[in-house]
Amino acid sequence: MNAETATMSGAAVPPGKTGTWWFLASEIPVFGGLIASYIVVRLGSAGWGESSAHLNFTLALINTFLLLTSSMTVVMAHAASEESNYRSVANFLGLTILLGLGFLGVKAVEYTTEIAHGFTPASGIFWSFYFGMTGLHGLHVLAGIIVNVVLWIGALKGSLAQNSHRVELAGLYWHFVDIVWIFLFPLLYLA
Amino acid sequence: MSNWFPENVSTFGGDVDSIFWLIFYITTVWFFITEGLLVYFAFRYRRKPGEKAAYVLGDTMTQLAWVLVPLAIIVVLDVLIDIRGAEVWAKIKGQPPPADVTVRAMGKQFNWGFTYPGPDGKFGTEDDLQIDNDLHVPVGKVIHVILTSKDVIHSFFLPHARLKQDVVPGREIPAWFQITKPGEYEIPCAELCGFGHSGMNGKLYAHSAEDYEKWRKERWPEGAQQTATKG
Amino acid sequence: MSSETSHAPLGFWRSHVFSTDHKVIAKQYLSLALFWALMGGSTAYLIRWQIAYPDSEAPGWGYVAPDVFNALVTMHGTIMVFFVAMPILLAAFGNFLIPLMIGAKDMAFPRLNMLSFWIFFVASVVLVTSIFVPGGPAAAGWTGYPPLSAKMEYTGVGWGMNLWLLALALEFASFLLGGVNFLTTAMNMRAPGLTWFRLPVVVWMQLTAAVIFLLSVGPLIAGAVMLLMDRIVGTTFFLPEGGGEPLLWQHLFWFFGHPEVYVLLLPGFGIILEVISVFSRKPVFAYRPIIYATIVAGFLSFVVWAHHQYVSGLDPRLAMPFSITTIIISVPFAFVIFSIIATLWRASITFSSPMLFSLGSLGVFIFGGLTGIFNGSPPVDIYIHDTYFVVAHFHYTLFSAVFFGSFAGIYFWFPKMFGRMMNETLGKIHFWLTFIFFNSVFIPMHLVGLRGMMRRIANPMQYEFLKPLEPLNQFITLSAILLLLSQFFFVINFFMSLVRGKAAERNPWQANTLEWTTDSPPPHENFSTTPTVYRGPYEYSSPDAEEDWLPQDRPLSAPRAAARQEESS
Repeated sequence: MNAETATMSGAAVPPGKTGTWWFLASEIPVFGGLIASYIVVRLGSAGWGESSAHLNFTLALINTFLLLTSSMTVVMAHAASEESNYRSVANFLGLTILLGLGFLGVKAVEYTTEIAHGFTPASGIFWSFYFGMTGLHGLHVLAGIIVNVVLWIGALKGSLAQNSHRVELAGLYWHFVDIVWIFLFPLLYLA
Repeated sequence: MSNWFPENVSTFGGDVDSIFWLIFYITTVWFFITEGLLVYFAFRYRRKPGEKAAYVLGDTMTQLAWVLVPLAIIVVLDVLIDIRGAEVWAKIKGQPPPADVTVRAMGKQFNWGFTYPGPDGKFGTEDDLQIDNDLHVPVGKVIHVILTSKDVIHSFFLPHARLKQDVVPGREIPAWFQITKPGEYEIPCAELCGFGHSGMNGKLYAHSAEDYEKWRKERWPEGAQQTATKG
Repeated sequence: MSSETSHAPLGFWRSHVFSTDHKVIAKQYLSLALFWALMGGSTAYLIRWQIAYPDSEAPGWGYVAPDVFNALVTMHGTIMVFFVAMPILLAAFGNFLIPLMIGAKDMAFPRLNMLSFWIFFVASVVLVTSIFVPGGPAAAGWTGYPPLSAKMEYTGVGWGMNLWLLALALEFASFLLGGVNFLTTAMNMRAPGLTWFRLPVVVWMQLTAAVIFLLSVGPLIAGAVMLLMDRIVGTTFFLPEGGGEPLLWQHLFWFFGHPEVYVLLLPGFGIILEVISVFSRKPVFAYRPIIYATIVAGFLSFVVWAHHQYVSGLDPRLAMPFSITTIIISVPFAFVIFSIIATLWRASITFSSPMLFSLGSLGVFIFGGLTGIFNGSPPVDIYIHDTYFVVAHFHYTLFSAVFFGSFAGIYFWFPKMFGRMMNETLGKIHFWLTFIFFNSVFIPMHLVGLRGMMRRIANPMQYEFLKPLEPLNQFITLSAILLLLSQFFFVINFFMSLVRGKAAERNPWQANTLEWTTDSPPPHENFSTTPTVYRGPYEYSSPDAEEDWLPQDRPLSAPRAAARQEESS
């Protein structure tokens, strides 16, 4: 085939997807840096098991379930967008948003309980990492919820049809946020 | 040029300087070759009417060899520098020789606090002495310093001994040196530590054997029977 | 091409301020960076004055107090790296050149591009604000090591440091988004025929720099969040009294910090390669290996970071492994340097201003690269760490890319950017003064460092062993003032040429790359029709052409086209 015909494109991937992957590639070292720091500092000191015992494992398990389910619902939203079924897209995005809000709600309960018991971010290195990592993650969940809300409104109003690929991109970001949690959960609550 | 460096009075200072000079000679030769070629080519190949540049792509092995061969030589020289350097590094920062005298040094905003163990040779006992700024040691003996910080990161720098070690709060970092010549030598702080960083300076007093004994007797008039120098 | 290219002309605000046109955005970054360069230069002046004439009154300012001195050195580094070098080399040149050189209308995400600039603008406002808050601006060095930076009591700086962290975080966000844009654009929007290995080197360098930045900045973002939390929320990530680890910051910082220097260096290399090729009328020597070498260097840049930490308290056994990786990384760069020199062999060189700056950049980089070997050797570093030897080293390598490289680029692409020619005589004067005074500042600085003068001290006369340095420090300061003043030749030339420069034709330099095929300055959406590319960018003095240049988009002549068809079938 003559190379001198169409615009050269790396892998015929639409720009939005390429852009989203590069963005996620840059986010990975953010959490990677935090997680690596946590592991290294933890391996080098004693007494962490004691602190982590004060975390609420059950609530965290519920949160894991909520996020995993929300990753499933966002995939369903993507599938619906491929079929141009915007009613369905709105429903599944709505579910994703609710599950995300649920996650944040549970985290809020956790935080308030911990602080009420005297475990604040200033309570030592374990708590610094716990609040730091879950806090940064929580902000990312919130950002994802906002993106999903914008798309949800678009699905309801019908304007999403012009940019339906964005559902997939939002889904990619949401999966990333979910995967970070999959790392945080065992490191903080199980180890 | 060697007079430009502060006078070296430590046993390993010469080793540090020798690696410096090794690198200096190698890099100076490369400097003249590369910059020389650059200037020569710039001059020799300036635009002349009627002369066209040569269409050279650098995509054949013969052409690339002109770059790859010097590169290989550089790698060999770099490895040499690293091997020689590793020996000196191990000597200074690796397993130190056994201590004749041990002192604790604490960096703080904005001076050095030195703790001497006293005649019993142990820290944390009654005869410990804590002085700010002045580090007294005997010449010709191995001095171990246990470095820590009270507040921020400082850096224990003995220019005349070619010794430097950052001091970090929450850590005890060992360092050692052996001075060859009596004298007074400065101990500046070499890590930004706040608004008093400039001027944060200690003094190393390296005493001859008699002067050191005199100093010790002044400090510990009673406990003279066991000198801190072991063995 | 398609009817969507024409739309109603935009008003002043949409076309000059809130523009999505990559060329406008590039100029916005350039302008803001030039403002910051002025600020950065002023900090340098005050720092040097205080060092040379301690506790005297600096003309135009007054007495420089010790805590102000610390703030000055901090701001100098922060401004120069993040608010001058990054915006000029990556944002301005990358934004301007990438779409033009690949034959595209604009970036893949023009609105994101505009957002990136405005985030950078906000970052600038935040940094300026940090200067005026009570307690003053950040004063723990551009490296911001805790615990000094983690607790207000240690520096007396409060909001100044928090805003500093915020400004950096915003700057990182801006450049992250920019990097995503550059990479997506180059991957997806190259003109027909423009395969990867027909891209100009400068584009490759920008892309590699973008990838390095994207992958390395994360840990520092994490670190900045941690430091901010230590300062505001009471966490103890870096405070030993709470179980934290001060050295952790250093790892997070330098894991980014070292790749960052290559993020700055690579675009500079790219610029000088373009310029040297054009003004030598010769192809870039070993074009493809240079690209491979650069990518390899990019990977290696992630495993050398602890050479900044040999005497930091790091386990001494780690010093030699990092010393080895540091040596290995010098190999691809030496390859690139030798290839650039080989490009000059049997060339036909014109010493235009851009060419002078490119050759100057190369010469300066060689020197800086060589002094790097001293720093990379752990035992030598015991002595020279945190002395002016290090400062001299990195000013050589940084000036090479940021100063000389940027000026080479500005003089070269000014006609394309602004449609006017700059004054050659002023350009040459600017070059020679800059080159001479730069060297007279920084060569003696090596000697100052070897004497043992520590970094970041306001008054070397407080130390007996540094007293002999007084004349040398004064010489450096006077040279620095002359270096700063020499930049007026550039400023005058720049503004004068903007207004009164001779009108530039499309291709004043007779260069091959695509940006020279369109008007100077290019219209909105750059090309009236999308170009088609038939060859690489460096067909200078090619046997296939009568002239000594052969543009990328000139169709193959009929006999050659037929021969090519035969070859490929």
